[in-house]
Amino acid sequence: MTTLLALHLLAAGFSPVMVRLLDRRAFWVLALVPAASFAWLLPRVDDVTTTGESIDYPIRWVSTIGLELDLTLSPLSGILALLVTGVGAIVLFYCAWYFKPGDPEMWRFTGVFVAFAGSMLGLVLSDNVFGLYVFWELTTVLSYLLIGHNPERQANRRAAMNALIVTTFGGLAMLGGLAMLAHEAGTTSLTGVVQAAPTGPAVTVAVFLVLIGAVSKSALVPFHFWLPGAMAAPTPVSAYLHAAAMVKAGVFLIALLAPGFANIPGWRPLLITLGVATMVIGGATALRQVDAKLLLAHGTISQLGFLTVLVGIGTRETAFAGVAMLVAHALFKSTLFLLVGVVDRSTGTRDITELSGLARRMPWVLVAMVLAGASMAGLPPLFGFTAKETAFTSLVELDDIPQYGAVMTTVGVVLGSILTVAYTSRLVWGLFSTKPGSEDTSVVRPPVGFLAGPLLLASTCVLGGFAGHWITPRIATHAETFAPDGHEAKLALWHGVNLPLWLSVICIVAGGALFVSTQRARATSRHQLSELGFSAAVRAVDRLAVEVTGRTQRGSLPIYLGIIFLVLITLPGTALVLAWSSVDFDVKVADNPLQVAVATLIIVAAVLTVRSRRRLRAVLLVGVTGYGTALLFVAHGAPDLALTQVLVETFLLVTFVLVLRRIPPFFSDRPFNVSRWVRVAVGALTGLTVAGFVMVAASARTATPDSAGFAAPAVEFGGGRNIVNVTLVDIRAWDTLGELSVLVVAATGVASLIFLLTDRSARPGRALAADNSTRRTRSWVTSRQHLSDERRSVVLETVTRLLFHVILVVSVYVMLVGHNLPGGGFAGGLIAGLGLMVRYLSGGREELDASAPIDAGTLLGLGLATAALSGIVPTLLGGGVLQSAAVDIPIPLLGELHLVTSVFFDIGVYLVVIGLALDVLRSLGGGIDRHSTAGEEAIA
Amino acid sequence: MTLNLSLIAAITVLIACGATLVLERSLTRVLIGFVLLGNGINLLFLVSSGDPGRAPIVGLGEGPMADPLPQAMALTAIVITLGTTAFGLALAYRAWQLTGHDDVQDDLEDDLIRRRADLDSTSTTFDEIDDEMPDEDGSDAHEESSGAVPS
Repeated sequence: MTTLLALHLLAAGFSPVMVRLLDRRAFWVLALVPAASFAWLLPRVDDVTTTGESIDYPIRWVSTIGLELDLTLSPLSGILALLVTGVGAIVLFYCAWYFKPGDPEMWRFTGVFVAFAGSMLGLVLSDNVFGLYVFWELTTVLSYLLIGHNPERQANRRAAMNALIVTTFGGLAMLGGLAMLAHEAGTTSLTGVVQAAPTGPAVTVAVFLVLIGAVSKSALVPFHFWLPGAMAAPTPVSAYLHAAAMVKAGVFLIALLAPGFANIPGWRPLLITLGVATMVIGGATALRQVDAKLLLAHGTISQLGFLTVLVGIGTRETAFAGVAMLVAHALFKSTLFLLVGVVDRSTGTRDITELSGLARRMPWVLVAMVLAGASMAGLPPLFGFTAKETAFTSLVELDDIPQYGAVMTTVGVVLGSILTVAYTSRLVWGLFSTKPGSEDTSVVRPPVGFLAGPLLLASTCVLGGFAGHWITPRIATHAETFAPDGHEAKLALWHGVNLPLWLSVICIVAGGALFVSTQRARATSRHQLSELGFSAAVRAVDRLAVEVTGRTQRGSLPIYLGIIFLVLITLPGTALVLAWSSVDFDVKVADNPLQVAVATLIIVAAVLTVRSRRRLRAVLLVGVTGYGTALLFVAHGAPDLALTQVLVETFLLVTFVLVLRRIPPFFSDRPFNVSRWVRVAVGALTGLTVAGFVMVAASARTATPDSAGFAAPAVEFGGGRNIVNVTLVDIRAWDTLGELSVLVVAATGVASLIFLLTDRSARPGRALAADNSTRRTRSWVTSRQHLSDERRSVVLETVTRLLFHVILVVSVYVMLVGHNLPGGGFAGGLIAGLGLMVRYLSGGREELDASAPIDAGTLLGLGLATAALSGIVPTLLGGGVLQSAAVDIPIPLLGELHLVTSVFFDIGVYLVVIGLALDVLRSLGGGIDRHSTAGEEAIA
Repeated sequence: MTLNLSLIAAITVLIACGATLVLERSLTRVLIGFVLLGNGINLLFLVSSGDPGRAPIVGLGEGPMADPLPQAMALTAIVITLGTTAFGLALAYRAWQLTGHDDVQDDLEDDLIRRRADLDSTSTTFDEIDDEMPDEDGSDAHEESSGAVPS
């Protein structure tokens, strides 16, 4: 069973390729997927519907939260699955003629459509509440993409958006309801929930939340307006999603829950009211449409209301009628949509006022249309008739609800059926009649294959009518999940002369009369009341967003940051003041005199930084604070931090200078005014608040730290004695992996900012000098390429060249030794980065390219991939993510190499840091060089 | 534990100076402030991580060990500061290249939204409802489609 779903997804993934190879014929191949599923399901569904025993296909997924992919083939889901796959196959086959050859959107359409078919199959088969929800939302999203097939028109975009918002809104409500239901029932299995049938106020709320989802998906009043808009989708989509499959999801869900919950207070009144209202409103609106497809859309809304009434009442007899009607509707409605598509493609219009004389020119279309239409109108001897007769019978015999309710429901449904007969006549007459005074519409003969699908579906409408005795027991197995009510429902062409037959006669006669009297009716507004309400609500949200954004987003960075600081000062600051008296502070000046000296140095440097007007001076002073911080790290017992801090500070200092050489040496003038004092005040207060936090936090350090237990496992499992390093690459490796990603993003950002637009040749921005391999063979030091002799230092260049490899070896050593001594991937990478920096400083960008003939992006990607792989590989070997192991590899002559696998993670870190360094040097070094050279040339 | 006043003084001044600079308009100053803030916060980690001790390396030296976990956190923070500062520098350079100075400008888009709010109008992406009918083909695609039916 899962294979079927996987097959759909696989086909969806490959469909763009198939379309490229086969063009429209790809649809034939793709149609095989649902067709094969249909063939596979058929014998099993036959089995299930005869015996009434479901077949379960449990698949564990995330058991801890009860999210499983459990599938089940019950009588109800089996019938739905056959519809979904059968109609899906026919519609896909039909698409091969519907689309024009070489349609540029076809590749996307096929993929989305097949994926939709798979999701829909998953939806009806899912036996887990959350699995159901996942498939439910998949159909929502995919249907959004299908409705927005032609996004160039604003109306289409809005239609797709409306459908998405309405059904997602319902879906979210449903998710809440399902979660509550699962909680109350104590199981996430749908079958289990229905069997447990918990009661109570919480369950009532949950069920109504689920019903919001069902009602919005099945386009019932007041959510019905999204369905006509969805007609922006290609007609095959309307035939499949908006007639046979997706809109039935809501009805399906109601039918599924009805055995357990139909008796909870409010269920029946709500569903019957909404259903009847939808049936009448939809029918009345359909009767005023001139676009055949829209007419069908409104007709579908009406029929969905009918189905909801039937399955919503939830007695054995109505449930039977509901499922019979659901199948009949899927068959005739998809036929009708497909036929309208044929007419549209053959004549170029669907407007029933424009078409004339089609009866003579398209006889086969007429035959199929009359059959399917008659089924919709409920004429004998078609499936629609037998199903509707059963429905009338079940309503007339209804004794589970108060008498007046049953009567009003019956009256409403009869009224809706009269409208159905009328709009069906309007459709068939409008499409095929010869209009007086208008010429016959010119017709391109549709090919046989184009008609095959709709004709096949139309024939099922006839077959279904005659096969009542064969279908009856198969639907009855679903109805038997309800309590027996003393009535025996069956599908038959002749029940004898009884009330239901008279009701059918009334519908046909009154419907015919209504059609004649409303033949000239035209819809005045395209929008329905609820759509206008929805639109007003969306507009109000948009306006609110504009007002809130306009009031709060001032667009000024200092103001934003200032607000953040002020919040920090006022809110946690107040808490700080309140907590102050309860803390016992135990203070000392310093641990040793070095701390006092360094702290004083840092304080002086920081204050001078703020006061300096020269950029370079400010940067150097910041450097002083940085090195000072490193010294404090050493004094505190953090050699790893100190090492990294020194390396980073050095690298940063040079990077600042590289950029500052181009930017004016002084900061722009700033007046010594009030706003500056405000800044200083905010800054000082922030500093004091933070100091308060440190004092309270450090004094509150009473519990045993987490890291107290790190030492033993670090040696035993992490295989390293440097606990900081083992923490980075093993214990908290997930954090490090995230931080590596930040580095990669930052490096990419630097490169794109510098190479953006300035390198107008087609060369990718980050590429290294293209022909440096040839250069390297000719010269040992490359800086002469662009530096004049007086700006070079041959001694520096040569010494750098000689030292570079030593630096690299040291960097690798520091990286490897980091497991047991201060060092590690970060420090090693920074050392290598500094090596590159020295090369760049001595000989410019050519020297840099010669020393690292590799794209920085490659290094970054390689590093991140190495780190990620070292996380994934253990899972393939049966361990946890990022788990490490120690292996001893014997090396001949040298003895054994003790290797801890987390070293691969550290190599990833090492590579990413080098990549970052290289990117910074290429961009802020070489890239800016190139800009200045270009600028000088431009001046010259 | 015993609070180390000289370290706390250093943190206070680093954060105060950093915050002051970050509130400036010149992007270079903002970045310098950012680095100062970073140094201050890393020291903060150190102070709140407990008393100093020997390096957290097993088998190296005697006595109580300094807490390794805050060190690991601060270590990555240091490297991240490098990455983000480099990005900020690239931004500053770009700003200078485009405008001739590196001052952070007020956001134009925000100003436009403010004006829209004053005019009580909707956002630019909002589609007012109209009478146009959604349809699979473009408004004038019908003629074309009739001629392209497969045969």
